[in-house]
Amino acid sequence: MIVIQIQKKLQSATGEMLLNLDFEIRENNFVTLYGASGSGKTTTLRMLSGLTQADKGIITVNNENWLDTDKKIQLSPQKRNIAYVFQDYALFPNMSVRENLNYALEKGQDKSIIEELLALMELQQLQHQKPAQLSGGQKQRVALARALVRRPKILLLDEPLSAVDQEMRVKLQDYILQAHRKYQLTTILVSHDIAEIYKMSDKVIVLENGIISKNGRPDEVFSSRIVSGKFQFVGEILKIEKENFINIVVVLIGNNIVKIIAMDEEIQDLNIGNKVLIASKAFNPILTKIDSVPKSRDL
Amino acid sequence: MIDLQPIYLTLQLAFCTTLILLCLGLPLAYWLAFSKWKLKVIPEAVVSLPLVLPPSVLGFYLLLAFSPENTFGKFLDQYFDLRLVFTFSGLVVASVLYSLPFMVHPIQNGLKLLSPSLMEASFLLGKSKTETLFKVLIPNIKKSILTGIVLTFAHTIGEFGVVLMVGGSIPSETKVVSIAIYDEVQAMNYHNANVYAGILFAFAFIVLLCVYTINHRFSKTSPLQ
Repeated sequence: MIVIQIQKKLQSATGEMLLNLDFEIRENNFVTLYGASGSGKTTTLRMLSGLTQADKGIITVNNENWLDTDKKIQLSPQKRNIAYVFQDYALFPNMSVRENLNYALEKGQDKSIIEELLALMELQQLQHQKPAQLSGGQKQRVALARALVRRPKILLLDEPLSAVDQEMRVKLQDYILQAHRKYQLTTILVSHDIAEIYKMSDKVIVLENGIISKNGRPDEVFSSRIVSGKFQFVGEILKIEKENFINIVVVLIGNNIVKIIAMDEEIQDLNIGNKVLIASKAFNPILTKIDSVPKSRDL
Repeated sequence: MIDLQPIYLTLQLAFCTTLILLCLGLPLAYWLAFSKWKLKVIPEAVVSLPLVLPPSVLGFYLLLAFSPENTFGKFLDQYFDLRLVFTFSGLVVASVLYSLPFMVHPIQNGLKLLSPSLMEASFLLGKSKTETLFKVLIPNIKKSILTGIVLTFAHTIGEFGVVLMVGGSIPSETKVVSIAIYDEVQAMNYHNANVYAGILFAFAFIVLLCVYTINHRFSKTSPLQ
């Protein structure tokens, strides 16, 4: 269990802002921090890891005090044993993939973890390459593997997927989920992508101007009412066309463009670019084996 | 045949100065690059002083400070039996001060240009500041360190004003090449002056050629810098 009650004054684009956080994260949960840029998401991760000092407050991890400004307790980043994946990956350019992982080993630590992580992240072929020779997705896997060498219990990911394309992104999400489950991590991800949040998180914390505006399950947070539909997707509105009595809303879900019929009252609050949740309650799905579907019928 | 002693002496001085400055400059540059002290601009300005100050000014103050007539010089004389006026040791100390920015600036800039996340990532992997400096930071600023070494070495070789003020022109002790040229001209030995000057000229050109080659080669292989 992670308990965070901290305050920190931040200089944002709009002037001074007070980051005031009070939340708990249960062990083995996957939590996403969501919010506009400048809302304090990265600072939250940095304070949890000890890279940035909070002005006031406490951080307790599994009943261990990491920060208590009243008692003048401040554990250094070195002692927190946190896996942290930076936005720019922060791979050491002078070391190969394997050397980057080796560097993270603690004195006397069993080296078998290196082989295990190289295999898990499918990096064996790349182990002797230098970071400069790797693609964005490969760097991300190395950064994730390196962060896990010390067998930490907490994984912090600062928008690690923002710089890779959609296809790679989906693959990397799977690598992260795999690591999260295998090593029973408590993971905190900073993300802007609602589809990603739906796929990965148990909980989402929404930050607005330095305070938590919403905190709950992704479906609770992102839709105004709880939907019990079995099928639900998140997409972005590309176009709203009016045709006679109805409207056709064109929505981008992943890489697919889907047209959805909507009544006038349904589209009242909708604009192009809005993120929407598409759910269906009365649904009778047809199951067809993929190999047997002729190519021409592919969507 | 010209006297080769000034050339040996010059190389010796440049070598000592560079070695000492490498040891002093690295921690100083690290501190200047990462310290959050509000008054950091003061040491920063002091380090840069030799760039703008006439060498004769620095030399004059050092001469006063080192003089056994004055407190500092007397102190060195009495407790360490060290005399820095008109001696080789004095030249080394003066050169170290005079070439300080040439070692500190490239290293400081190199450190500042590195992504701060490299250092932070190392800390989060449980590594101390010292281990991070030697295994992560220094290997990734090799180009800057090499530039610092070459520039310091070359700048020390080209010194004149400070050396003249603090060292004078004592053969085998403080008479370096640049002083030798001056002496030869004064004595109307244009041939010898020409040889010394030619050597320095060629040397300076080769050194700068090295610096630029290093810069080009590293910038091709390491996109980070």
